[in-house]
Amino acid sequence: MYPRAFTYHRAGSLKDAASLLSQLGEDAKLLAGGQSLIPLMKLRFANPAHLVDLNFVEGISHIQQKNGALHFGALARHAEIEKSPTAAKIPILRDCAAGIADVQVRNRGTIGGSLAEADPSGDWATVLLTLSCEVRCSGIAGERSFQLSEFLKDAYITALAPDELVSEIVVQLPPENSGGAYIAFKRTAPVYPTASAAVQVTVEGERCREIAITIGCVGLLPIRVREGELALRGQRITAKLIESAADAARSAADPQSDMRGSSEYKRQLVGALVKRAAEAAFQRARGEQAEVSHIYA
Amino acid sequence: MPEAARKASIQLRVNGKLHASEVEPRQLLVEFIREDLELTGTHIGCDTTYCGACTVLMNGAAVKSCTVFALQADGAEIATVEGLEKEGELHPIQKAFADCYSLQCGYCTPGLMLSALQLLKENSNPNRKQIRKAIAGNTCRCTGYQNIFKAIETAAARMRGTSHGD
Repeated sequence: MYPRAFTYHRAGSLKDAASLLSQLGEDAKLLAGGQSLIPLMKLRFANPAHLVDLNFVEGISHIQQKNGALHFGALARHAEIEKSPTAAKIPILRDCAAGIADVQVRNRGTIGGSLAEADPSGDWATVLLTLSCEVRCSGIAGERSFQLSEFLKDAYITALAPDELVSEIVVQLPPENSGGAYIAFKRTAPVYPTASAAVQVTVEGERCREIAITIGCVGLLPIRVREGELALRGQRITAKLIESAADAARSAADPQSDMRGSSEYKRQLVGALVKRAAEAAFQRARGEQAEVSHIYA
Repeated sequence: MPEAARKASIQLRVNGKLHASEVEPRQLLVEFIREDLELTGTHIGCDTTYCGACTVLMNGAAVKSCTVFALQADGAEIATVEGLEKEGELHPIQKAFADCYSLQCGYCTPGLMLSALQLLKENSNPNRKQIRKAIAGNTCRCTGYQNIFKAIETAAARMRGTSHGD
């Protein structure tokens, strides 16, 4: 299948990309990993007249630790994050990177593209909302920076101006005694998840000092499960409290029935995923090994 | 519909051989490989980034060539199934697929072998779970996968036993 004909522009830098977007107007789209955009173009759901390719820009796929934070260039690919010892300092990031779609898609897809697309079924936003995450953007007017929760506006809508692009994602390293886990449930590897859950915690002995719970694919945006966080924050960790956080996730979910399952099924599923992710997060925060991954047949 | 966009020049190496070509921006890498280079071992299955029949290696990394524009492969090294055989000798992965009866209709096989090649370059002794994960992006509707797992294990063992690293 061929997309509609378009004019191809190879950006030489982020600045160059922003000025091309500004000149070409709304008919231009950025091409990062292309693993969502190219299929959409082939199906003619997206018909941009111009593509601005970022893949030949140097120096925007770094993964570095600086001043207590991990910095990801917008073009850092999922597979690079999956294999990076630096990214592994925040284990929930590895859970996410190692489970997105399949090897081939992870070899191309990028963290910046995933956030900029803001697909309600994407993985990165759900995970990064449990951490302190800043999205840096570059435009012809200069640089801007958003907390991720401010960056995501609605399904497929972000704070990006039409002539602006994501340049870097900065994630603060969590304090000592922290751990997190992300589990997405998929029917098969290459498809989007049916539901997903990310839990990031900090413990103090037997107690949960800090917790963030986010659920994905069950609403137009990833959903923070505040009630579930309240149930556990400051408390001694028990199976019963984890179950109540799972119940809170079932209540907070706002899923649509579709080919991946009925809304009631997804509601039940997301609770089970929160429970499993929370158990793994607490284990990791206590320094125990816990292996989790996307679940599929 | 916009008028047909101008062609652009690309240069890339496919199975070690340098090709210089003019391509339309919307031409996909898989179409370039099959139609322009006439290397038809790379298959088009679903054409929607699902099945992995079109898998090739781009700079050593497995990609679905139906989801990369040919223009994006400018300057890249591409490996397709035709490049596996060396001087009339099948690659150990090809031999193992034959020996283990790992194909029936064979449509998915080239893509699976390229995914296996990336895996075995990174991990010379993968366990069953790692093999499953490595080929999760390759759909086979005939075999039920068991003989494919066996072939990749067999190829790994044979490649560890010899110096055949590529």
